Amino acid sequence: MSQERIAAAAKEIRLSNPQLERYSRHIILNEVGGSGQKKLLASRVLIIGAGGLGAPAAMYLAAAGVGEIGLADYDTVDLSNLQRQIIHHTQDVGKPKAISGQETIQSMNPDVQVQTYREPVRADNIKDIIRHREYDFIIDGTDNFPAKFLINDACVMLQKPFSHAGIIRFQGQTMTYLPGQGPCYRCVFRDMPPKDAIPTCRQAGVLGVMGGIIGTIQAAEALKYILGVGQLLNGFLLTFDARTMTFRKVRINQRENCAICGIQPSITALKDYEQPACDIRQQQAQTFQGGAV
Amino acid sequence: MIITVNGDNVSLTKELSLAELIAFLQLDQPDYVTLLVNDRLIYPSEHKSTYVKDGDTVEYLYYMGGGQA
Repeated sequence: MSQERIAAAAKEIRLSNPQLERYSRHIILNEVGGSGQKKLLASRVLIIGAGGLGAPAAMYLAAAGVGEIGLADYDTVDLSNLQRQIIHHTQDVGKPKAISGQETIQSMNPDVQVQTYREPVRADNIKDIIRHREYDFIIDGTDNFPAKFLINDACVMLQKPFSHAGIIRFQGQTMTYLPGQGPCYRCVFRDMPPKDAIPTCRQAGVLGVMGGIIGTIQAAEALKYILGVGQLLNGFLLTFDARTMTFRKVRINQRENCAICGIQPSITALKDYEQPACDIRQQQAQTFQGGAV
Repeated sequence: MIITVNGDNVSLTKELSLAELIAFLQLDQPDYVTLLVNDRLIYPSEHKSTYVKDGDTVEYLYYMGGGQA
């Protein structure tokens, strides 16, 4: 159980004077305190996709003092990313996103160790990536359904908590999976949509701040899980429409016949779905395979 | 009759199947919208045979895949 590992590891941590100052606004919170800050420093979060959602999530988790952050992204920084992917800067264009993200995090907070995985997540590597550092919480910041279903299935199989999110145009959605405590992504969206049935951000556009709003909520879920504070978004899908500034929290029940988290799962092995990721550029994917797993 | 759709009251002059309701509401991606009626997920195969009743709460949800590149 991740929270037990975190609590045990936190007991070994002593906060230095610079850390007491850096995290003072956390430490004065009753719900955090020195013990909570030590939990954050002892925790490990994997972010799959260092883009619109993953960028703000990574930066807030780094600033909060999450001790270890994994960044999985095979792509390189493109000029068109900079309208919303604030972890990358103009001089980073052409650089692997995982490396650009790592550099930003390390300049923000030297307390944070960063692991990089410069390859697409696939059925044959995602469990190894999650187990590489036995991550406590996973954030899905990907932009394609094969990856989203793969992350869901892998996290259910490994009994790892994770945050799903998606954004497009002026809208976003997010939910949190906690093992044994509510539905998974497939309980809501049972099967992959057909190729090209659902528009992507590249096709339909996205307001730059959407990643910041929804990705920051994902970071908040990770922090709350690590700290054991409050009510997470397990059992709910939170939707947001920036045009009307409307949040809706829709109750989702776990489905007994869910193919992955139900009573008798029909999915017993991970698979790569045939639908190509919307923005996977095969050439780059091949170039950056063989990363740091 | 009045039903609630994504938090808003919607007035209907007759009972509609979910398939008819999707058309009435002019929802985007009608073949891929996820519908919950009174917190219960209704599969697309049941959209034509499932009718909404007065007072029902309907939620429609869309696949959202963006966020990385």
